[in-house]
Amino acid sequence: MLWLLFLLVTTSHAELCKPDAENAFKVRLSIKTALGDQSYTWDTNEEYLFRAMVAFSMRKVPNREATEISHVLLCNVTQRVSFWFVVTDPSKNHTLPAVEVQSAIRMNRNRINNAFLLNDQTLEFLKIPATLAPPTDSAVPVWIIIFGVVFCIVIVAITLLILSGIRQRRRKSKGLPEVEDAEDKCETPITVENGIPCDPLDTKEVHLNEAFVPEGERLTPL
Amino acid sequence: MEKARPLWANPLQFVFACISYAVGLGNVWRFPYLCQMYGGGSFLVPYIIMLILEGMPLLYLELAVGQRMRQGSIGAWRTISPYLSGVGVASVVVSFFLSMYYNVINAWAFWYIFHSFQDPLPWSVCPLNANRTGYNEECEKASSTQYFWYRKTLNISPSIQENGGVQWEPALCLILAWLVVYLCILRGTESTGKLEQLANPKAWINAATQIFFSLGLGFGSLIAFASYNEPSNNCQKHAIIVSLINSATSIFASIVTFSIYGFKATFNYENCLNKVILLLTNSFDLEDGFLTPSNLEQVKSYLASTYPSQYGEVLPQIKNCSLEAELDTAVQGTGLAFIVYTEAIKNMEVSQLWSVLYFFMLLMLGIGSMLGNTAAILTPLTDSKAITKHLPKEAISGLVCLISCAVGMVFTMEAGNYWFDIFNDYAATLSLLLIVLVETIAVCYVYGLRRFEGDLQSMTGRSLNWYWKIMWAGVSPLLIISLLLFYLSDYILTGTLQYQAWDASQGQLVTKDYPVYALVFIGLLVASATMCIPLAALGTFVMRRLKRGDAAPVA
Repeated sequence: MLWLLFLLVTTSHAELCKPDAENAFKVRLSIKTALGDQSYTWDTNEEYLFRAMVAFSMRKVPNREATEISHVLLCNVTQRVSFWFVVTDPSKNHTLPAVEVQSAIRMNRNRINNAFLLNDQTLEFLKIPATLAPPTDSAVPVWIIIFGVVFCIVIVAITLLILSGIRQRRRKSKGLPEVEDAEDKCETPITVENGIPCDPLDTKEVHLNEAFVPEGERLTPL
Repeated sequence: MEKARPLWANPLQFVFACISYAVGLGNVWRFPYLCQMYGGGSFLVPYIIMLILEGMPLLYLELAVGQRMRQGSIGAWRTISPYLSGVGVASVVVSFFLSMYYNVINAWAFWYIFHSFQDPLPWSVCPLNANRTGYNEECEKASSTQYFWYRKTLNISPSIQENGGVQWEPALCLILAWLVVYLCILRGTESTGKLEQLANPKAWINAATQIFFSLGLGFGSLIAFASYNEPSNNCQKHAIIVSLINSATSIFASIVTFSIYGFKATFNYENCLNKVILLLTNSFDLEDGFLTPSNLEQVKSYLASTYPSQYGEVLPQIKNCSLEAELDTAVQGTGLAFIVYTEAIKNMEVSQLWSVLYFFMLLMLGIGSMLGNTAAILTPLTDSKAITKHLPKEAISGLVCLISCAVGMVFTMEAGNYWFDIFNDYAATLSLLLIVLVETIAVCYVYGLRRFEGDLQSMTGRSLNWYWKIMWAGVSPLLIISLLLFYLSDYILTGTLQYQAWDASQGQLVTKDYPVYALVFIGLLVASATMCIPLAALGTFVMRRLKRGDAAPVA
């Protein structure tokens, strides 16, 4: 009698939880990729923890506070490690709708990941997309700050240069009357303006091409 | 009543100015591409031959003309022959075109530098989509670096017709770039040199073209720089030094670029292998960590034989990872600088540091070349007394920068990158070849090679080597004529010009035809520079006729 009951339970269990069953989800873990040397082996104790976490997630859904660990069924565990799971209702005859399980897992994804020392990429619930963390955005974009700094420096430098240029020109125009007398004494063949001290060896004039003298002079009267 | 011409403080300053002008972005992003396309090391052979036959002689010619005439390009060519003042004008026009679009590259470099101070780098991760369940679709289809370039930096439109508005972020960076250039040229020559710096038949044509444009011949910048030299300066030595350093920098840049390629290819290859391993592990529920790159092939054949139907389903998704295929992707231009390099940088340790250093280098190269360009425009303007009488030097520089910046705003629009490509491909290429050809013929045959030789001898005290004479009078003009003929025939044969447009839905570039008004614009670009030469000659001829007509009764 007991033997028959046992058979009944296992067959119903097998019917509810099998690959691609209704409301069943596939889970995939990559423990070695995530933890390397410190990886743990996947055994029935780990499976028990998993079922506990799923039950915990379901208990947070309104109307499902009575979910027990025994309601979570696992099957088809492979070497990968991957397996399928379903959550049944208290009568153990029907599985809970996929939408409810999905939203429950999404809400508590972080707690489930941490229980197994994994993250969204190494503990995958196929068909349950994870909510990706948005990149941290500061109130003012960083680049504007740096742009502002460089911009101000350049503006200040330009202003300084222009002001010093104006000052130099004012100084030259003030000093010009005194230098003009000195120029007359120097007798350079080329006159220079703007008070540049006359030193024939230093002045280099623009070389004019005599072959092309201005038009008027070419047509000198015979 | 001549104002003494400002001089370089010492010859070294002049050399550095020339080097920083000649060594530009082309050394980094064009030369390595050409090496890769035309057989790697063997490309150096045509390159060096063209350097000796074409690059050095023409560089020396321009420097000598500038040093001899002691004026900017317009005045220098007017002195050689009044009919040829158009050559100088054409140089200034081409320089103006170049300065309009070239500074946009510096703006992009600034943009990337400012964004390098974040962790993680913004081009290393894709942004999330609206409901945070996955990544942005365009970013998934392309790659995060391409997405950052095409969407975040350019915000590019699907075609050249859809103009969009001016993007304020690149516009700000462009304004900053122009302010930096203005800061450097504000005081004129004295401050320019201080920016010291860090240098088939298709293979031959490309070697000749690369040398030509890499040295920056024909813009008038070299004439402008040399005009501030002492007459006794040994510009022959400097010409050789500048061209050698320019080529050495190109070769050095290729070594670096190839190692970056190798790093990127290896990284992508290993990524590809890992993806295949993950795919197989998940499909066949193999033990995690069982598949490694070394036993991949064995396991694949085992799986194919043991589970043929299942393997058949997975087969289409398994990519054949090949290191050679990764290495074969050759890119040039802005694609290389802003996509390939950033992709390699994001995978390095301390990527923020490498990113800042790299874009700082690009900025230095770009600004160095910009200073040469603006010198080419400003020197003729400041030489002209009509203009300097009314405006001080600072105001002229400011005005030039302001006009170029305002026009440059076109390149910050959504379709701006397509207009940038138009300018990059057509503004300078044909016009420069023609300008330099006319320059060489003018010096050798209009002014007279013997006369020029005599001038140089009295100026520098050294006689002209027969090698330069042969090059100037014969070889270089012939080379340029053949280049011109080749490019003209190439343009004519190709028919309609096409461009690469970014398709956001596919996440890749597609080829499109230029609309008619773009083709007209290209024609105007080329014509406006080249037509200066005959028009100025015609104008001078007409003016002389009129004057002779007026003066005749007097005689």
